[in-house]
This record gives sequence, C-alpha cells and structure tokens, in this order.
Amino acid sequence: MISAVKPQPLPPEQRIVITGIGLTAPNGNCLTDFREALLAGVSGVSEYEIRYFGKTLAGICEFDGRRHQTRKDARRGTRAGSIGAYCANESVVDSGVDWENVDKDRVGIYIGVTEHGNVETENEIYEISNFDYDTKFWSHHHNPRTVANNPAGEIAINMGITGPHYTIGAACAAGNAGLIQGAQQLRLGECDLAIAGGVSESIHTFGIFAGFASQGALASHDDPQRASRPFDVNRNGIVVAEGGCLYLLERLSDAQARQAKIYGELVGYAMNTDATDFVLPNPERQSQCIRIALERAGLVADQIDIVSTHATGTASGDTLECAAIRDVFGESENTLINNAKSFIGHSMGAAGSLELAGNLPAFEDGVCHATINIDELDPECALDGLVQNQPREIGRPADYILNNSFGMLGINSVCIIKRFTG
Amino acid sequence: MAPEEIRSAVIEILEDIAPDEDLSNLDDAQAFRDQLELDSMDFLDIVMELRKRYRVQVPEEDYNHLNSMGSTVEYLTPKMVDVAV
Repeated sequence: MISAVKPQPLPPEQRIVITGIGLTAPNGNCLTDFREALLAGVSGVSEYEIRYFGKTLAGICEFDGRRHQTRKDARRGTRAGSIGAYCANESVVDSGVDWENVDKDRVGIYIGVTEHGNVETENEIYEISNFDYDTKFWSHHHNPRTVANNPAGEIAINMGITGPHYTIGAACAAGNAGLIQGAQQLRLGECDLAIAGGVSESIHTFGIFAGFASQGALASHDDPQRASRPFDVNRNGIVVAEGGCLYLLERLSDAQARQAKIYGELVGYAMNTDATDFVLPNPERQSQCIRIALERAGLVADQIDIVSTHATGTASGDTLECAAIRDVFGESENTLINNAKSFIGHSMGAAGSLELAGNLPAFEDGVCHATINIDELDPECALDGLVQNQPREIGRPADYILNNSFGMLGINSVCIIKRFTG
Repeated sequence: MAPEEIRSAVIEILEDIAPDEDLSNLDDAQAFRDQLELDSMDFLDIVMELRKRYRVQVPEEDYNHLNSMGSTVEYLTPKMVDVAV
C-alpha cells in the first residue's frame, strides 16, 4: 500500500498554482475558444488520411504556428516541438509574467509525451524508400528530431530557456504527469517557473492508427463528429488527435508577489501502476490512484464537483474506468462526470492537461461541460452524475476538479485542482 | 546543367531550407553565412538535397567549396554537366 501524505496546510512557497495556460486543441487554439466549443457541443474531429493506412478520422489542430516560430525552425524540428513552442509561448503570454526580465536559468520545462520519434522515423524510412533504402539519404536531422527530450528542447531553444528541460514518457497519462513533475520541481526549488503539461503529434504516424486498428480499438463512423463516443453503447474505439496544453506553474508566494491571475491550485495528485497488463486497465489500481489523490488533498469524494474522465471510447477501457469511478464516487451526491475526448478525440500525451484545462473555467462559470455523442448510454457506464450531451449548471462556481488520465502498461495519474480562494 | 541552371537549382534548395530568408539580393561573391542565417546543419541540408535531387555527391573534404554561391556553382558545374534540367 502506498502511504498517503497529507500536504496541507502548506506554506505558500510549497503551494503550486496555475497562472498561465497555452493550448491547441482540434476545436480551439486558446482556452476561451476551447471552452466555448466544449459548452456549445462543437466537435473537432474530421476526416483524415495518412500514408499506408489510408482514410480515417482524427482531431487536427490548426493553430498559427508562425506566431511564435520561424518557418525554418518548424521545418527543422518536429510537429510536437511546434505544438510545444506554441503552447509554451501562449502560456507565458497568458500569465502576464514579465518574461523579458525573467531569469531563464530558473525556468523548467516538463513536457509529457505518450511517444516521440515514431513520426520522424516513419518519415525517414518513407524518404529512403524512394532511394532503394540507401541510408546515405537518411537525414542528419533524424537524431535531434527523435531524441526523447525533443519537444521540451525545442521549447527551450525557441524561448531561450536555460533551466532544466525534459520530457516525461508516460503513455496517455503524460499530460497529468508533466503537470505533476512541474509542481514537484517547483516544490524542490529546482526552478521558479515551470512550463508543464503535455503535447502530442501522434496523428502524423500511421503506426498509431494501424496499431489501434489491429487491436480493434480504432473508431469509425459515417459522421466524423459522432465517432468519438465514450460511454455510448455503440462506441467502437479511439479517435486519435493531436494537441497540446502547457501550464505556467508557480509557487503561490511568487504568484501573489506579482499579483498574478490564478486559475487554480494543484492540491492533490497521484500516480500509480496496475502491474497487470500491457493494455487492459485495472480498475482496482485506478480507484486506488484516485483515493490517494483525494487523501493527499485532504478531501472526500463528495467534495469533488467535476470528474474529468479519461475514457477513450473503447469497449473495455470505458467500462473499467466507470467501475473505478463508481467505486470511489458511488455514494457522492454532488459529483458530476464528463469527458472531453467525445469532442476532440484522444490527444494522447496532451490529453490529461488539455482535458483538465477545458474544465478549469467551471471555477468561474459554474458549468460542467458535457460528454457528447451519447445516443444510448451503455448500462455499464451509467454513472450517477454523468453529464450527457448538454452542459449542466452546478449552481455555483466549482470548487474542486479531479482529472483522470491513464495509459498503456498500466500507468495511472490523477490531479485535483482547487478553485483559488486565497 | 549550365552554371546559371545550377545556380537556380541551389536557390530552390535554399528556399526550402531557409524559407524565412530573402534570396532575391544574394551576392554570389559573398559567403552564404555573411548574408544568411545558415548553420552547419543547413549546409548538410544543401549536401543532402544535392544528393537527393541530382544524385550529386559532395564529399566532406569539399564542403568548403559551398562557401558562397559563386564557389558552389563553380564546384558543381563539372559534377552536374550531365544532369538534365
């Protein structure tokens, strides 16, 4: 049994708050637009085609890459690097921090990724296939593009950040894992500002689509916008999406000293491992992970206003997560449950941080966005509090949001964000 | 290819690897690095693109010939004399 520690009450220099958000999602390129799309039921899934695999569906981002990156750097780097550079810059701008005078030695970059390097390796193999697989035609850019720290390193180069930078490989729990890593490094005093979250370029590798298809886990639907349908009885798999969401994190003492806008405070988190299967989740460990996060936050389940689920639209994954949620929140009367993948698909390494971000405005507007595309609810997913198809008013600003993010090889992560009240 | 055609071919390569640069006033007598933001990886790109597009091999000991547009065209002219436009 992992022992839980209860960090509160913490001194201000150990309390970690979100002061900036930069994101790109298939249905919005800033928090305002993303939130509006989630409340309006706007899907970001569209038709997509990728070499070898052919026609499929995906969540595609259309952010203004030129806003923060030259065309040359975009060409030299990776899609994950470009998404990262966009989100990191946007989070800093959003935070209002005096970036010019920030000591860049004291900024850390912690980027969650599901995978990295598949896109670039596939591209090079395709390229040399035009030259009879002669490796003399293999690009010198391949290694810097595929080193595991690439997306974080591209952000560092782009922004002149000289503190620590690395990625956190954590399958589809990576968005939460990046956020957690950033908070931990701030608490350790390793940096004064942390750019943390997750990114994904996975729609540009045919292998992800082919792999899910071979697994029987790739969604299909005549209407792309109806394809991602967690909890629906006719769900048939995952819609792969690209995206990114990076937070600017600070110690509360620093944020208050500069009178920063505070989106919320990370009051609890947990990561644990199923240790049972490569692919199939283990609800016992998922519920354990949720409970550890609650205990660390000093909360009981019913205090959580919104649970942002991980559910991806697979038959077993959704059912098992629902079992875990039912185990923890079965007696909760005030907890609402939603899912952002029903709008944008599964943004892999970005999913945890992106899906959390879509819920944070509930601290102000008191609305829980829906899970769309539930035409017929799977009885096994019939959770009390599941917000179906239309957003629901909480009746007051939300106080606590709990964000699930799970991944292959049984990696589980949970973050709890509290509305900042001082 | 004639020297002027080789120059156009190199310009096309530069347009791809340095898309933010204005190449319209490139001085053939001056070093690329004095006029453009090119680093060692960019020069490797030039070498790679010559290999891919025209099957021209530039051995490492000859990289200094790619210093300016003038020296590049002069170096490539005998190598690309049989390359079709």
